[in-house]
Amino acid sequence: MVDILKIALIPGLPLISFVVLTFFGRKLKRKSAWVAISASIGSCALSFCQILPVTSGATTHITFPWLVINQVPIEFGALIDPLAAMMLFVVTFVGSLIVIYSTGYMHDDPRFPKFFAYLSLFLFSMLGLVISPTLVQIYLFWELVGLSSYFLIGFWFEKYSAAQAGRKAFITNRIGDIGFFLGIMTFFYATKTVRFVDINPALAHTYAGSFAVGVASLLLFCGAIGKSAQFPLHVWLPDAMEGPTPVSALIHAATMVAAGIYLVARLFPLFQVFPDASQVVAIIGTITAFGAAFFALTQWDIKKVLAYSTISQLGFMVTALGVGGFSAGTFHLMTHAFFKALLFLGAGSVIHGSSVQDMREMGGLKKEMPVTFWTFVVATFAIAGFPPLAGFWSKDEILLAAFEHHHLVIFWTLALTTMMTSFYMFRLLFLTFFGAKRNKHHAHESPVSMTAPLIVLAFGSAVIGLPGSPLMHHWFQGFLSSGHHEEIHMNGFVVSISVASAAIGLALATWFYLIQPGLSKKLAEKNWLLYSASQHKLWFDEFYDATAIRAFKTSSKKLLDFDAAVVDGAVNQTGIQTVNMSRIKNWIDRYIVDGFVNFTGWFVSTVSGIGRLIQTGFIHNYLLFVLLGLLIILYAAL
Amino acid sequence: MSFLSWLILLPIIGIVGILFVHRDRTQLVRVIATIVTGIELVLTIVLMTRFSLVESGMQFVEHVFWIPQLGVYYHVGIDGISLIMLLTTTLLSFLACIASFGIKERVKEYFVLYLLLVMGMIGTFVSLDLFLFYIFWEVVLVPMYFLIGIWGGERKEYAAIKFFLYTLFGSLFMLVGILALYLTNTPHTFDMLALAQANANYSLHFQQIIFLALFLGFAIKVPIWPFHTWLPDAHVEAPTPISVILAGVLLKMGTYGFFRIAYPIVPQGAHWFAPALAVLAVIGIVYGGFVAFAQTDFKKMVAYSSVSHMGFVLLGLSVFTSTGFHGALLQMFTHGLITGCLFLLVGVLYDRAHTRDMDAFGGLWAKLPVYGSILIFCSMASLGLPSLAGFVSEFMVLLGSFPVYRWITVISCIGILLAAAYLLYMIQRVLLGKQNPKWAQLKDISAREIFTLAPLMILILLVGIYPKIVLQLMTPTLEALIRSVGGTLL
Amino acid sequence: MMSINHFLIFTTLLFLIGLYGALSRRNMIGILMSIEIMLNAVNLNFIFFSRFLDVPAETAQVFAIFVIVLAAATAAVGLAIVLQIYRNQKTIYTDEIDLLKW
Repeated sequence: MVDILKIALIPGLPLISFVVLTFFGRKLKRKSAWVAISASIGSCALSFCQILPVTSGATTHITFPWLVINQVPIEFGALIDPLAAMMLFVVTFVGSLIVIYSTGYMHDDPRFPKFFAYLSLFLFSMLGLVISPTLVQIYLFWELVGLSSYFLIGFWFEKYSAAQAGRKAFITNRIGDIGFFLGIMTFFYATKTVRFVDINPALAHTYAGSFAVGVASLLLFCGAIGKSAQFPLHVWLPDAMEGPTPVSALIHAATMVAAGIYLVARLFPLFQVFPDASQVVAIIGTITAFGAAFFALTQWDIKKVLAYSTISQLGFMVTALGVGGFSAGTFHLMTHAFFKALLFLGAGSVIHGSSVQDMREMGGLKKEMPVTFWTFVVATFAIAGFPPLAGFWSKDEILLAAFEHHHLVIFWTLALTTMMTSFYMFRLLFLTFFGAKRNKHHAHESPVSMTAPLIVLAFGSAVIGLPGSPLMHHWFQGFLSSGHHEEIHMNGFVVSISVASAAIGLALATWFYLIQPGLSKKLAEKNWLLYSASQHKLWFDEFYDATAIRAFKTSSKKLLDFDAAVVDGAVNQTGIQTVNMSRIKNWIDRYIVDGFVNFTGWFVSTVSGIGRLIQTGFIHNYLLFVLLGLLIILYAAL
Repeated sequence: MSFLSWLILLPIIGIVGILFVHRDRTQLVRVIATIVTGIELVLTIVLMTRFSLVESGMQFVEHVFWIPQLGVYYHVGIDGISLIMLLTTTLLSFLACIASFGIKERVKEYFVLYLLLVMGMIGTFVSLDLFLFYIFWEVVLVPMYFLIGIWGGERKEYAAIKFFLYTLFGSLFMLVGILALYLTNTPHTFDMLALAQANANYSLHFQQIIFLALFLGFAIKVPIWPFHTWLPDAHVEAPTPISVILAGVLLKMGTYGFFRIAYPIVPQGAHWFAPALAVLAVIGIVYGGFVAFAQTDFKKMVAYSSVSHMGFVLLGLSVFTSTGFHGALLQMFTHGLITGCLFLLVGVLYDRAHTRDMDAFGGLWAKLPVYGSILIFCSMASLGLPSLAGFVSEFMVLLGSFPVYRWITVISCIGILLAAAYLLYMIQRVLLGKQNPKWAQLKDISAREIFTLAPLMILILLVGIYPKIVLQLMTPTLEALIRSVGGTLL
Repeated sequence: MMSINHFLIFTTLLFLIGLYGALSRRNMIGILMSIEIMLNAVNLNFIFFSRFLDVPAETAQVFAIFVIVLAAATAAVGLAIVLQIYRNQKTIYTDEIDLLKW
């Protein structure tokens, strides 16, 4: 019982914080940050209590029935296995840091308590999602994280673009979620289970030939496409940057968007027995990784670059899972959470310090914001994939997975993407911190509440890759796949390709932005088509606006007109025709049927009009009549 | 103690009481009506505690002769289906009664008609005799007509007449169906249970015709596409509490009719028409969603969302699986709660701003934080956010229909997307964005208004988190129904 | 010795006086009084027949008393009507009132 309570409190503490802040936030004012911080740190501590036994091989699985469908109980509860433990670690640790950071970043916001309420709601939902033992529970929390993301993107809802972005995120996610939902149903009816513990290689082999299960796994992947912003549903994530920067760091970089990867990782045994399905996964991941990196090359908004970089990195993870690199994908998830959170928080610190978001107006912040600068450098090297920082180990493993499973096209595309990653990240670094100052604002270093998390994360970004590196004998991979150990051999060729592409990216960025600053402009003019394709993100938004959204709006208008004109028109016409019919009937009634009746009445009244003349109304006359009558009777009687 | 007779009788006592009060003492009139509806609610809750969760048949039955020459009985009783509807009715009528305090004109007449309406609704949900059922069914129409026609908005006469005639038109077909059943059976009887027991004697052809006749009556009430056009008009013109009752209870009378009359008495006819029902349901879901999206009138949008959501009830009904039936009945309950909330919220805004044009608002959340949060809560419930009630019922309906009508279920899922689209669009236009200076003087939601909303919101959350509290009431009945009409216990 | 004829002549005259009054008076009170006279003439007739003919005394007396009661009732109702008419029409002259003709 105590154990259950301990687990329940992991998401429970943030929930309590959310409830408290919702109802008493306005009274607590600044103190509300403490509620949220203590809740997140508390659940962080509790998570570590749960994670430690998992490292020695213990798995916790608690369930209780929620609904019973076809005698199959749909359960709620908690499943803490290595994968969940890793996610718990990431979410609570990074989450706590970001909550602390937010106290500095959101310091002057009038809706300060609300922000922390939403953060707590998010942490609750995300932790609930992470410990889900069934597909249904994960779907439930899946939607809840979507909700908190909707609130946080639209946090500054007075801004039209923020409100719009929140809605776009929610609805785009819903499209994926419908696939997810259908996937759950298909899967449930095919296998009679929704438990994750049942989704294991044994079950996968039982249903290896089943068309329904194959379709189900692809449909479930649709959910991941939406949440992890994969092509073609990636359009919401860049817009989501309208939210406050800590939110971008926590939700739209480190944790929530990784939920899609988490889901695919949970379903990994299924994808292994359906090569076609995993082929689709790998291709979508590669397209996303490459496309997003391409878009990131030319963005000017510092957060937009990071947003596309996030999409691209998520693409890497999806690709890894698609080509069969289970531990590679999840490992990258963890390292990415650290350095991407760091990048966003650094960007937030820059925005906070210099009050601009466009990189063309930055520059030379190196001196004014030293802590931010140095932590940002660590993060940039980490994401670009330079050894021995975190990003190198995980990215290398993804490339290795693609290479070893003979997906050579994917391998080379990813290598190219690695180069682009390195290029756009150093471009960002150089434009922001190096060179001359391009605006007159006085920038200042951020307060300790913001820089302290930066330092912790920088440390994390540097070392978090080590547990998965050969230096520690791939401990992390062994931990994740507990039991069926994947053999990982470092491949000299892959490593050199990986490092080389990162170095080329760095070199190019140095050339374009430090040595020959005018060159990039000339190049852009020469290849204007390519340049504007990247700048306008291949016109995806415009394309969707012109097709899907326009079709949606037109059909909705058309249906409204149809409803008024045809469906309701039929009803009203029935009414009008009935009235017309009754007019005709009314005429007949009045002049023929009623005419006869009226004639009868007229006849009677005319005749009686004559008779009524003797009725004078004078009592004397009546008495006289009485007397006359009497006399007549007397006469007759005699 | 004869609970059900008291439930029917109490509003009448209330009406008599109100008639003795002078028309100027409006406060007393309100108090009487509130007390009466409050006692009704308490009685229903007591009824629930005494309700046996293992029995599938009728409970609290009262069975006395009424018109012996015609074989008409005063026969009332409840099972799991009726109990859910009874709870919805008494809860909503209590809350709507409190919401009616805003009515300032002709208060006495209003509450007399209101209580009459309550009596009719309760009677409909407890009667087990078709004759009695038909009487209550029609009793509901009359006060509704006046409540819309007198206390309504601009085009109230049009809406009231349309509502009245349209529903009456449907119920005439229903009457024909009832009479045919009466005359076919020997000995002649109006007793629903007896008719259901004898259903093996009816030929398929006869069942089809009867089902069609009953269907027309019920379909207009639900309303099923394409019989829905009276609904937006009636909703837009009706005063807020009446909209709540209309959406929360009246619409359910139609689907209740399927559960109580059409399915048990003519099961083969129902089976024969089930695919058609499913198609109509999915059309309603998608069509209602699209049209709701195009609305600018807040109330009309909610009305069309009802068309869409009632489509889910019909979909659940059409599949003849246990899960589908559970989902449909639960959706009837949850939709009552959620749409009740939404209509109350529209009313709160309309009382202050005197407009329902969503484009005229903007940025209200900053001005009305509590109202905004409640509106978002209810919209989330309506768009089927997991952990709120709407999700569970829609989930069960879709889960129940998936193995039966695969593609129809897939298309219905679009309805979930549409719900998100039109509700979020509404939230954006009303609550988010730049604040319109025109509404700088608006006051936030009052304590009385919160009081009317809070019980519904608590129930929405409760049912969403642990639906078993409601589902256990209906399971024995629905499983018995499935067995008797020949569906699958899937 | 007076025979019954004398008395009958007397009551006939009395009755005719009443009849004349009822037909000729314009004042309603007068009409009522005349009706009373006629009733009393009849009453006297009963008494005389009882005295001179061989019938049980009670028969006539019962009739007489019955008629007196009736007369009292007539007077009461009649006067009440007259009073009401006077209130509404401000007159008690019958030739000015033709309410019976609608």
